[in-house]
Amino acid sequence: MKAAHDTYAPSKRWRLPTFGHFATLLGAVIVATAFLVAVFAPYLTPHDPFAQDLNLRLIPPIWMEGSQATHLLGTDQIGRDYLSRLIYGTRISVLIGVLTVVTSGIIGITLGILGGFYGGRIDAVVMFVITCRLSIPLILVALTVVALVGSSLTVVILTLGLLLWERFAVVARTTTMQVRNLDYIAAAQAAGASRAHILLREVLPNIANHLVVVATLEMALAILLEAALSFLGLGVPQPLPSWGLMIAEAKEYMFFSPWVIVAPGVALFILVLGINLLGDGLRDMLRADLRQWRS
Amino acid sequence: MLSFILRRLWLAALVCLTVLVVSFTLTHLSGDLAASIAGPNATAADIAIITKNYGLDRPLVVQFLDWASHAAEGDLGRSYLFHAPVSGLIRDRLPVTLTLGLTGLTIALLIALPLGILAAVREGSAIDRGIMLVALLGQAMPGFWLGLVLIVVFGLDLQWLPISGIDTWQGYIMPGFVLAFSAIPALMRLTRSGMIEALCADYIRTARAKGLSRSMIILKHALRNAAMPVVSITAVQLGFMLGGSVVTESVFALPGLGYLAWESITKNDFPVVQAVVLFLAIIYIVVTLLADMLNALLDPRLRA
Amino acid sequence: MALVMPNAVLSIANLRVSFPRMEAVRGVSLALNRGEVHCVVGESGCGKSISALSVMNLLPRGAVRSADHIRFHEHDLLGMSERQMARLRGDKIAMIFQEPMTSLNPAYTVGSQMAEVFERHRRTTRRQALDRAAELLARVGITAPGMRLAQYPHQLSGGLRQRMMIAMALMCDPELLIADEPTTALDVTVQAQILRLLHKLQQEMGLALLLITHDFGIVARMAQRVSVMYAGEVVESGPVEQIFKAPTHPYTRGLLDCIPVPGVTKAGEPLGSIPGVVPRIAPGFLGCGFRDRCTLATAECAETMRLRDAGADHFYRCRLPPNWKQGTAP
Repeated sequence: MKAAHDTYAPSKRWRLPTFGHFATLLGAVIVATAFLVAVFAPYLTPHDPFAQDLNLRLIPPIWMEGSQATHLLGTDQIGRDYLSRLIYGTRISVLIGVLTVVTSGIIGITLGILGGFYGGRIDAVVMFVITCRLSIPLILVALTVVALVGSSLTVVILTLGLLLWERFAVVARTTTMQVRNLDYIAAAQAAGASRAHILLREVLPNIANHLVVVATLEMALAILLEAALSFLGLGVPQPLPSWGLMIAEAKEYMFFSPWVIVAPGVALFILVLGINLLGDGLRDMLRADLRQWRS
Repeated sequence: MLSFILRRLWLAALVCLTVLVVSFTLTHLSGDLAASIAGPNATAADIAIITKNYGLDRPLVVQFLDWASHAAEGDLGRSYLFHAPVSGLIRDRLPVTLTLGLTGLTIALLIALPLGILAAVREGSAIDRGIMLVALLGQAMPGFWLGLVLIVVFGLDLQWLPISGIDTWQGYIMPGFVLAFSAIPALMRLTRSGMIEALCADYIRTARAKGLSRSMIILKHALRNAAMPVVSITAVQLGFMLGGSVVTESVFALPGLGYLAWESITKNDFPVVQAVVLFLAIIYIVVTLLADMLNALLDPRLRA
Repeated sequence: MALVMPNAVLSIANLRVSFPRMEAVRGVSLALNRGEVHCVVGESGCGKSISALSVMNLLPRGAVRSADHIRFHEHDLLGMSERQMARLRGDKIAMIFQEPMTSLNPAYTVGSQMAEVFERHRRTTRRQALDRAAELLARVGITAPGMRLAQYPHQLSGGLRQRMMIAMALMCDPELLIADEPTTALDVTVQAQILRLLHKLQQEMGLALLLITHDFGIVARMAQRVSVMYAGEVVESGPVEQIFKAPTHPYTRGLLDCIPVPGVTKAGEPLGSIPGVVPRIAPGFLGCGFRDRCTLATAECAETMRLRDAGADHFYRCRLPPNWKQGTAP
């Protein structure tokens, strides 16, 4: 019966692949668009995102009454063009996402590969460090550090990077354990390759797929966390147009003009959704079941 | 079983100590604590006085041991801001956060478990895809933003629920829901994948061959085996929820630990911050420990 | 098919099971009388397990089952709702599986898993069900049944687990037992014990036993009738003595050449083997599934192959005449 199951079970593979493909494609398009917008922000903005005009405060977006054609999404509480700020905000989110993932990736992957490859005591230490990290209340510590060091983009990136590595470590560790015993690793060892060579040239490329999936998840998480920190006033400093900060600033006015919190929130939502869609698509392509560990 | 618990307790204590050291070091090394406490308009003399009064000129190890030994006796220091013992502040605020966390957890489980099971049972169907889509959308939703939107819609437009505070129990509904929302996608996905895996298992075929009813097969045989990773993740999520209460509590102005921490951070009241970090870490460690024990009860193989 | 048995416990006619990209079972017919052991034998992937699961309607997802009929006594299982089927399963028709390691739920005790069948079908109390379970454990040769009932599957050896599976299958006194390779996953010595036990219980309880196996040795020891399956079809079927004495299909002959037969195989004589593997049958495939591995295949073999009567209740599906001789075949 076992054999029969092996032969017939993969029935789910053929079910409606188009939905998954469409979703992945949509994710890729969203992410690519966000990157392009971030890079070419200065050429896309109709106004200076920092230019205030107190005569043009809280102008509603174009589809509402009292709007002005020059401000498609209206203006904020001190008359800055909302669309321009939103476009520049893409820069901040993308930058946070990418740099945080690079920082946390380096930390987490190093720890994970060391633990997974060497096992024993080293692994026990790595597991312990991961447990400790999980026990630390993330947002609280990030807030504290930013409060103490002073808020700036660099501080936020470093703080998040130093805190968000545990999923990289967990996945790198388990996947390294899986490839460690494969023949080519043994062959490389037998051929006298150095440890560093084996880890970087043999192990890392073979677990890279899984790490890419983690990277998407972490990028999404980093972007959301930055927004939350900025929202609480301890993230990216004013007057930078971080979406979280925009929501925080708009909060005072949302009772009278609710649309002010809509635009940055939706932007955040779409970008994170795009990254997650892309990540899910990559994971499905991987097919090897990357354990859903706190997904 | 006993040695298992002892081993986990020992590990938990070690983790706790490490978190303590890390958070202590972090608050004392990143930036000038005295200057932060003194505020932006303080003179050098002010800072010197504060340094002296709070003993910040002593070596870090001494400061830590001093703090830790007091903490062990239940004395967590005094708040600079509230001019009151930190332990008292925490005692006042903890119930709010725990209520909120448990409300959030209950809502999350009530939504995520049935939907996750349903998605697994109907794997590949439109229902499954719909549920997974909800998970995906939920994952992308910034919690604080969701909170604001709920306030505008249900608090302001419809006026169904209070927009802030906890004068009545209704005050917990929206924040509880927002908090739950952060945990639902992960719980739902894990329930689904665990159930799908369990439903493919040979013992499910045996159960069907025994003629058991569908509900028996799903709820007794499959769910019990899918439950273990879900229990673990629930504990982790509860920890995240309590940590995330900083955001939710400040959105809804709930007087809990998170709000206290946020106030203290913005006002540089670090003894409070440190104590809150410690408390949240301990809660997380205890909850995951309980989850491990629950798993040992669920899976007889772990008991051996 | 000529196998008309009016009093058959189980009768399957022209069963077909297909998956989106393959046909697993292509027109299988077989019948089974009370007290009879019918072996379905073939290599893995030939469709024998899928045929067995079809009877229980326990096919994996994506499988489509059709047949002229699948009859249990006078009830046609094909038309039954899932609810009606569930009432039969574990009660009148029981099944045991290949993997005793994974076929038991790791989270529940032996007693709980055995008792729930009885509770479900006989509406008894847990106490009565546990008594019944203890009785059956003793019957399958497990000592200290009271202690075993409180144990978890992981605390039992493979042989014990399979005994327990058998005991569990017999809880409600079934009339038909389907055993899907019940000994394949076990040690050789344990295999023999389990087979002896199955044989004994089958005789004592007058069970109709549909035994799925890949092992002609088991067929020789247990069965009255045998159906040889290949690529989703029954290629040969008949009384056991007949098949061993006069195998007709080239595949059956090939299989029998692969095993030593006491008194027939001479010492030092090499055992045969069949080159190649079982093909995957795509939808729309016609003719003999074995023709790619058959040294005697001709163009004729690509056409739909009828079942032929070799006399003495013995049927086969090949273009060759009965009693064809190696080397002289046309």
